[in-house]
Amino acid sequence: MRGKNRQTDYSVALAGNPNVGKSTIFNALTGLNRHTGNWTGKTVDCGFGIAKIGGKLFKLTDLPGTYSLNSFSEEERIAKDFLLNNNPDCVIITLNSNAIERNLSFALEVLALKKNAVVCLNLSDEAEKNGISIDSKKLSDLLGVPVIKTSAVKKDSLKKLKSVMREACEKSGHSESANDLDTAPSTDTRVLHILSRQICEKCVTKSDKRRVDERTARLDKILTSKATGIPIMLALFALLFWITAIGANYPSELLGTFFDFIKQKLYDLFELMNAPGFLTGILIDGIYTTLSWVVSVMLPPMAIFFPLFSLIEDSGYLPRIAFNLDKAYNKSGVHGKQSLTMAMGLGCNACGVTGCRIIESPKERLIAVLTNNIMPCNGRLPILIAIITIFFTGTAAGLLGSVKTALILLLVIVICVLITLLVSKVLSVCLKKESASGFLLELPPYRKPQFRKTLVRSILDRTIFVLGRAAAVAAPAGAVIWLFANIYIGDSSILKHCTDFFEPFGSFIGLDGVIVMAFILGFPANETVIPIMIMAYSASGVMSDFTSYSELSAMLSANNWSAITAVCMIIMTILHFPCSTTCLTIKKETGSLRQTLLSMLIPTALGIILCAITANIMRMFL
Amino acid sequence: MENIISLCDLSINKNGTVTEIKCKPKLKNRMSDLGLYEGAEVCPVMKSPFDDPRAYKVNDTLIALRNSDAKQIKVKPGD
Repeated sequence: MRGKNRQTDYSVALAGNPNVGKSTIFNALTGLNRHTGNWTGKTVDCGFGIAKIGGKLFKLTDLPGTYSLNSFSEEERIAKDFLLNNNPDCVIITLNSNAIERNLSFALEVLALKKNAVVCLNLSDEAEKNGISIDSKKLSDLLGVPVIKTSAVKKDSLKKLKSVMREACEKSGHSESANDLDTAPSTDTRVLHILSRQICEKCVTKSDKRRVDERTARLDKILTSKATGIPIMLALFALLFWITAIGANYPSELLGTFFDFIKQKLYDLFELMNAPGFLTGILIDGIYTTLSWVVSVMLPPMAIFFPLFSLIEDSGYLPRIAFNLDKAYNKSGVHGKQSLTMAMGLGCNACGVTGCRIIESPKERLIAVLTNNIMPCNGRLPILIAIITIFFTGTAAGLLGSVKTALILLLVIVICVLITLLVSKVLSVCLKKESASGFLLELPPYRKPQFRKTLVRSILDRTIFVLGRAAAVAAPAGAVIWLFANIYIGDSSILKHCTDFFEPFGSFIGLDGVIVMAFILGFPANETVIPIMIMAYSASGVMSDFTSYSELSAMLSANNWSAITAVCMIIMTILHFPCSTTCLTIKKETGSLRQTLLSMLIPTALGIILCAITANIMRMFL
Repeated sequence: MENIISLCDLSINKNGTVTEIKCKPKLKNRMSDLGLYEGAEVCPVMKSPFDDPRAYKVNDTLIALRNSDAKQIKVKPGD
């Protein structure tokens, strides 16, 4: 049985070691935008896409990167199952020409399962710079499959890949015996290594020129050394936060002014149409205000941070962070790769949780999943920036102020890392004993990111993503809050009843009823926490447009916010239940409702306890 | 003179040949996938800021290993 569906003519799978550029080739063939990055484990699930070549439709599957097909890990099982059960017409085995010997073992292993394959010597330009030259003709003869050199950034090599792939697929229709065990090579890794070495001796020549390796060694000397490794890492993140904080200011202001202008026009229009007050209220005060807040204040920092972070990912620096910090993780009884998933959590916790698949030991993976939410995601960073700017650096502080904001934010993130390590340590002691999986991490060579492509693509991606979420979540949230604020039971609104209910608890932990409500209602998306607060506060009297920090600042102080409130707000922003998307992802990844609930309970309980302690200690002194 | 030492004791930029890997089968398999198997050439190239883990050049790639794991790997130092 062939794994084709009716709409497409052929099914093709992309297999290879981690970080050899499978996703980049997949994107180039399908025109899709799978996220790519220069580190092992960037892609941990299958991607699907369609390519049209010469009038035929090809269904492409981008398999997760694996070092072998022994089924030790989840990704390997997925990849092997796909090759065996879906029986694609052709497999594109993508190899890193730079580490050809090891990659060839994998190719031989795949060829033992699937004969109809195309070998793609990727990163061939990098290998050439490193003095490695491969005789692809000879290799093709030895392996019995077509071999082509590619470099994902070059167009003509892709054209060739397309035509070779098509030929291979067409051929597969005629010869059905895809898995002839008699002539298949062994899957014993030892035999594969020896075979791979023999093949390399025949068709690979190396010169002394090692330009890429030398550059990597030079950079590593600075980026991982005892004296400079950690300081540079901190400085890099400070820079990242600073660019985010200062860069977001201008678009925020522009967008804010623009949205205010439109809002006035909308009011005029509604008045002209004699619209009922209810409609004006729910549409403009409810939906429009919330939407414009999310777009003007939350979107700019997100659309700046994410692309910059993608550049760091592309460069190959992330695995060095894991390398630099592993000792601390080791002491906490967890895996150094957890710092990779935490870094991803800074972008999006749902992605961070999925990324935990790169950790092999079930116990260490579970801990990484349960603690991922402690790293504030892209949707929460703007809240932190807003609160820090308003209460600790001042809205009119200019350039110096933004540096201060960035440094305070860096401190907050460092504290997040420390809390994560502490919670991990406690969990690792509490959870049932299991031996550690050992630390094995590949450090890829540094690569120059494709600045323009990465920036443009991820700014667009992020903007569309946030706008989509804003429309799906912020708009309904705005409507609901407006209704809550304007439907009266007795002599006060539902919202007032709710916030009054939470008020004693809220003030005990240094917050107030409105903030507690905002976090609860912000469960679908944390971007809406501040807009919900604004709605709730403005419903209780003060009416104005709040699209800039200074206006927000005025509103917060009018509602009795103090430094204590600000500190507790920061704690609560970091330590509360994950958003609904992340919770669903945790449920999917762990397959356990209990662990999902645990992942909500741990940060929330910690947040409440920390807030209560902080608030009550600060009250003694302030 | 045959002197077999642990990989974690091999000094930086010294070549060695793996003679024995005493890790648990699962980790041993993983190491083997990454090119670290009996008979492979290995060379420590750098330490992380806290001395552990270290990074090793194996078969044209750079692999980070904790010292506790490297202790289980026996190597014969080269020249």
